[in-house]
Amino acid sequence: MTINRRDFLKVSAGAASLAAVGTLGGCASVQTGSAGPKVVVVGAGFGGCTFAKYLKAWYPAANVTLIEPNDHFTSCPFSNTVLAGINKMEDIELPYTYISKLVDTWVPDTVVAIDTAKQTVTTAGGKTFPYDRLVLSGGIELLFDRVQGYDAETQKTIKHAWKASRDQTGVLRQQLEAMPDGGTFVMSVPMSPYRCPPGPYERACMVATYFKEAKPKSKIIILDGNPDIASKKPLFLAAWKKHFGYGTDNSMIDYRPNNMPRSVDAKKMMVGTEFDDVKGDVINVVPPMRAAAVTGLAGVRDGNNGNWCTIDYLTFESKVAKNVHILGDSALTNFPKSGSVANNTGKMCAYALSEIFAGHQPDPAPVVTNTCYSGTGQGTAFHVATVFRWNEEKKSLVPPKDANGISAEESELEMAYMEAWAMNVWSDTLDLPADYKFTAKG
Amino acid sequence: MKKTLAVTLVLAGTLGAVATAQAVDVRARFIAANCSYCHGPDGKSRGAIPSLAGLEPGYFVAQMKAFKDGSRPATVMKKHANGYSEAEYEAMANYFASIK
Repeated sequence: MTINRRDFLKVSAGAASLAAVGTLGGCASVQTGSAGPKVVVVGAGFGGCTFAKYLKAWYPAANVTLIEPNDHFTSCPFSNTVLAGINKMEDIELPYTYISKLVDTWVPDTVVAIDTAKQTVTTAGGKTFPYDRLVLSGGIELLFDRVQGYDAETQKTIKHAWKASRDQTGVLRQQLEAMPDGGTFVMSVPMSPYRCPPGPYERACMVATYFKEAKPKSKIIILDGNPDIASKKPLFLAAWKKHFGYGTDNSMIDYRPNNMPRSVDAKKMMVGTEFDDVKGDVINVVPPMRAAAVTGLAGVRDGNNGNWCTIDYLTFESKVAKNVHILGDSALTNFPKSGSVANNTGKMCAYALSEIFAGHQPDPAPVVTNTCYSGTGQGTAFHVATVFRWNEEKKSLVPPKDANGISAEESELEMAYMEAWAMNVWSDTLDLPADYKFTAKG
Repeated sequence: MKKTLAVTLVLAGTLGAVATAQAVDVRARFIAANCSYCHGPDGKSRGAIPSLAGLEPGYFVAQMKAFKDGSRPATVMKKHANGYSEAEYEAMANYFASIK
């Protein structure tokens, strides 16, 4: 049997009965650690780790299990700097050592089944974990089969680098290094909504920075599925003009909107769009994406043609599965799919659940923020910043007047802030100690 | 939504050990935590962005007001200041002042 929240509140009136919860919770696996409600978190990214850390801080009795297959964290923010040669992969790889000690149970495994009726999660290793609350923070699933020819063999040559790893970001950097001067780099931008709206345009800046130094005769072709630059448009256009000759005959960047890649061919090194076949020496196609595979296992991809997960803004609970909460990129919200938002919504969900576990109503008017920096590769950066507040009329979190905007221009000051943001968000998310030695730079 | 000390003390009496940990302004604690992905865990920054921990509350509130009215130049902070009420500036100020 599992103890639901109401039962838990009944028995938690005194310290003695708190101990009894542990013995009553005798399910498929033995519960260790805190005796309170069982919370299972899937995915140790910005959302899942932050949620786990703040729930343990704000409701220490919660018994938190975190399930994650990777043995370390690799940051997607700052991964474009690896393509520029500013950082190496090890500079954006960070340890799970601290956050794994903070939760009650850390499970290095992959989730293979979720039963939302029985409230259990099963891993590839064959263990079943019962939950009172399930938090799915698995990021995104890339849909290779939506691009003709993007099969397993092709994926050995053509990288997306939209989930940062040595096999993706690291290999793409090696391909750029091996490319001769005068070569063409073809990259794509997926249709909105996608993870990290400014990321592709920042990627173009970072690769152009490397080409400008090392391979000045080379070109970058951006195939954008969207009708226009999807984020920080005036700032990216200004940066491309200022640093990479955009708008002149000598532009390093060739930007092509409404050019969704439909096919890839690794032998011919070709990307097909509705209009043409584009040849590249290095090809980087980010396929269409949807909410993480674990949300499919839970049957909670109910929004946007079954691609993303709708949530209740006050608790981040799925609209279609009780006691299942969706954080970060998987959720269909008004927020951009950014690391800052995943971190901040992790706290919001921890706040709501800590209130519910304590027998209170969750805050009826919460606040969530986004602050997102993009680097130009040229020692400067710029931002978009937004505050989202509860709006009773719209029953949603929306920006109040003048609480949303972008930088006036790129600056060295914002580059320093971008570096500080990375160190602070990584520390906040992964519970890194105050004396942790970072090596990444902007 | 701000929980007063009196309310939380009553709850602490009813729910015992569980609610004792709630004898803080939980909303202030949450909105202050919103700041930490830029300003560091508990407002203790590890880089060029200023720390907020231990700031004098009057100074904190005055800076937020100055960001809002534009008298202090800002990059991101004008947008953030526009997103919170003055009562929330004070709640955050008191929270960060209490961090040692």
